[in-house]
Amino acid sequence: MRTLLIPICAAAVFALPAQADRLPIPANAPPSFAAECGGCHLPFPPALLTAPDWKQVMARLDKHYGDNASLDEKTRRELEDFLVRHAATDRRKAGAGDPPRLTESVWFRREHREVPQAVWNDARVKSAANCAACHTRAEAGSYREREIVVPGLGRHK
Amino acid sequence: MPKVLFLALLAASAAAAAATPQEMINEYAAAAARQSPGFQPSAKRGAEFYAKRFAVSDKMPACTSCHTESPAQAGRHAVTGKAIKPLAPRAEAARFTDAAKTEKWFRRNCSEVVGRECTAAEKADFILFLTEGK
Repeated sequence: MRTLLIPICAAAVFALPAQADRLPIPANAPPSFAAECGGCHLPFPPALLTAPDWKQVMARLDKHYGDNASLDEKTRRELEDFLVRHAATDRRKAGAGDPPRLTESVWFRREHREVPQAVWNDARVKSAANCAACHTRAEAGSYREREIVVPGLGRHK
Repeated sequence: MPKVLFLALLAASAAAAAATPQEMINEYAAAAARQSPGFQPSAKRGAEFYAKRFAVSDKMPACTSCHTESPAQAGRHAVTGKAIKPLAPRAEAARFTDAAKTEKWFRRNCSEVVGRECTAAEKADFILFLTEGK
């Protein structure tokens, strides 16, 4: 038992940072994902919110964080199915609030705990959901620390 | 008969898929002329529309809120901060080459910024300004 447990723990410890580095957009994303979701913001990795939260987001597109982002039902359904299929299963991605904001999850807040308030307020950042403001390869689904360049502060150290 | 139908469908799908800014100006201008005979698109009116503060939305009072004072420059979404490629076709060749996409963004942005749908006349003026204006 003991010999089995140690490798499992070691794997768990090393798996966590690697998982945060790569948040790829699943290859089976429908073209509407980049065209519709990506029209106004980075098309967020589906793994950043839980399935119930994605359903809630997709049920209220007419009131989408202050914007009317309504879609025809076919496209809405297709995107909801895609997001739900690839949603977070990690409990730390829950608790994102109402309406759900992926920047409010326990996981997100913990990952960004070192970011000073001045950075969030920086005009070049504008929004915590503007991943690409600091994560220079966010568009490619890559969030490695060495790729971070914070406006006003420079490279992550 | 099936051949005629096929050719008609082919022509229709080609028209829907690809277009040029000039074709869009012509189509919107023709629609506007049906409403008010003699309508001619004007880049000057388009420029005024582009610069106008509609002030319907706090965060996006005008086109310039996201697209900057000059549509040939890259812009930035006023809420999310996402980079936006220039709106003017002379700076970004893919602009106004897909009629469905153009309609979609007029629908969304006009309701958000202008507070209503834009008219065919406004759309013709707008695209004309973007193709030749400063």
